[in-house]
Amino acid sequence: MSLSVFILVSVIKIVIALGVLLTAVAYTVWLERKVVGHIQNRWGPTRVGPFGLLQPLADGVKFIFKEDLLPPHVYKPLYIAAPMIALIFALTSISLIPVGNWITVFGIHTPLEIVDVNIGLLIVLGITSLGVYGVALAGWSSNSKYSLLGGLRASAQMVSYEISLGLSLVGVLIMAGSFSLRDIVDAQSGTFWGFIPRWNIFQGQFVAFFIYLMAAYAETNRIPFDLPEAETELVAGYHTEYSAMKFAMFFMAEYANMITVACLATLLFLGGWHGPHRFGPPIVQAILPVFWFAAKIFAFLFLYIWVRGTLPRFRYDQLMAFGWKFLLPLAIANLVITALIVALRS
Amino acid sequence: MVPLSYYLVLSGILFACGVTGFLIKRNIITIFMSIELMLNGVNLSFVAFAAQWHALSGQVFVFFVMVVAAAEATVGLAIIIAVYRTRETLNVDRVNLLKL
Amino acid sequence: MLHLFVFSMFGLVCVAGAVNLLVQRHPINSALSLVVVMGSLAVEYLLLGAEFVAAVQVIVYAGAIMVLFVFVIMLLNAGVEDRSRGSRVAMLFGIPGMLIGSVLVAWVLLERSGTGNVAVGALPGPPKVIGWLLFHDFLLPFEVTSVLVLIAILGAVVLASHPASAREASSQPDKREG
Repeated sequence: MSLSVFILVSVIKIVIALGVLLTAVAYTVWLERKVVGHIQNRWGPTRVGPFGLLQPLADGVKFIFKEDLLPPHVYKPLYIAAPMIALIFALTSISLIPVGNWITVFGIHTPLEIVDVNIGLLIVLGITSLGVYGVALAGWSSNSKYSLLGGLRASAQMVSYEISLGLSLVGVLIMAGSFSLRDIVDAQSGTFWGFIPRWNIFQGQFVAFFIYLMAAYAETNRIPFDLPEAETELVAGYHTEYSAMKFAMFFMAEYANMITVACLATLLFLGGWHGPHRFGPPIVQAILPVFWFAAKIFAFLFLYIWVRGTLPRFRYDQLMAFGWKFLLPLAIANLVITALIVALRS
Repeated sequence: MVPLSYYLVLSGILFACGVTGFLIKRNIITIFMSIELMLNGVNLSFVAFAAQWHALSGQVFVFFVMVVAAAEATVGLAIIIAVYRTRETLNVDRVNLLKL
Repeated sequence: MLHLFVFSMFGLVCVAGAVNLLVQRHPINSALSLVVVMGSLAVEYLLLGAEFVAAVQVIVYAGAIMVLFVFVIMLLNAGVEDRSRGSRVAMLFGIPGMLIGSVLVAWVLLERSGTGNVAVGALPGPPKVIGWLLFHDFLLPFEVTSVLVLIAILGAVVLASHPASAREASSQPDKREG
């Protein structure tokens, strides 16, 4: 494939991926409001469009028309840059997530991801580490005590749980033998005994899946770990002084991070785009893996929202103690046992 | 095809900027950051030579440099916090007497 | 051709970030320009084929060590640094001296060194090979650095802890609530 064709195909894929991601972010907000509403025995948004489906559109219009305040006491360059940093890093990790097999469109053979690198997992972890800057700089540049405390707490929490997140994934890496996300999914194809799929969660990474789940809740600042941004705690934490469009950017960044984490969990633990038997004409066979992928992500996001509606939140010292004193030793123990089993088997 | 000397010149420029920052800056945290810049310049030249001679031990050495830089940054910043608590200043020109 | 273009673009970003670190007066701006330098250095490592080193540079250096720097700057909240007599003297002699020194070194490297060209992705750098090296040939340094990191953690915790609480804890050893 020549360079110009490659660039053209990549640009088309980027446009499609960004469009899908931003729509998914908007409708994840809708899904959350509906599901949490039903858990709390009320309806959620119902007025704007059927089942409230146009509510994200109304919210977007509201954010655009709201007054975008620039308080005089803030440190302007970083105040304006921090939500952009958070949103950029939240949206970038979609470029490494494969959603399906290689397809051939108009004679061009291309994978269903924007770029296929052989250290894809490490780059996604790197982008997650860089996302801490958006939060920390937002808290500091707002020049107010609630923001500073909330920003420091949120970034300390994110940095602490990044370690358990990474270590829980090393077990999967040992079993797959490669950092490339596509290779890890391909190692999970096939079934045990004909009907149990060969997903990593059934191949012994059950504990690792739960460590990853809890670390992911803490990384994305969601209940039960959302102390730094809960309204009853520190006013609103690091985004206290933000309004309108900049606040919307933080909001979108949080939900985009949730979707990224759900994609990673699907690829690494739930078998990616593999589903039960392939059927139908070739065009359906090319699109069907994408549907399985989307279904698994939907299930993971539903779990996220379900936990949000059900559990109370941790206090900050309980949160940090949980991350360092329980989750990290458990992740290391999981890694040691997995490595031992793989070494003894081969 | 980029000549190896280009990579070495870039590494040298980064190192020179680090040394300049170390000498002219008065805020102790910025001095520390200049040290990190010097270490980064050195890392680049390690990896460039490893690519030239196809010797992977250059890359492995970069890991050790990074680990040592991390340990040094940790302890150094803890010392800075302790100094700030007693002296109330981060300017190195004011921390020049043993007695407070 | 594309290799040279990408190299020079990110090399310029590196140098611009390094110069910005020197020029800025508030340490938070210097910290953020250092993050930019580390990011573009990661791209340079990718050009050389050292993909694992590039990823580790982003995760460890830019994503953890610099976050630590940013935390400390935010906590201590020191503000813009002021010029003093010592720093003016250093600037007067140091900057021209550094410029002359680096121009000399660059001239020697470009003209006289006998090294050749480096192709894109010249290093065979899959993580598997690096892991093999780390755990076979370089096992002793690896274990020693892990002890070093443990010592650094202990030292940092002791140095940064509040002296008041340490004194309190040692002078009232058995205070049970009544």
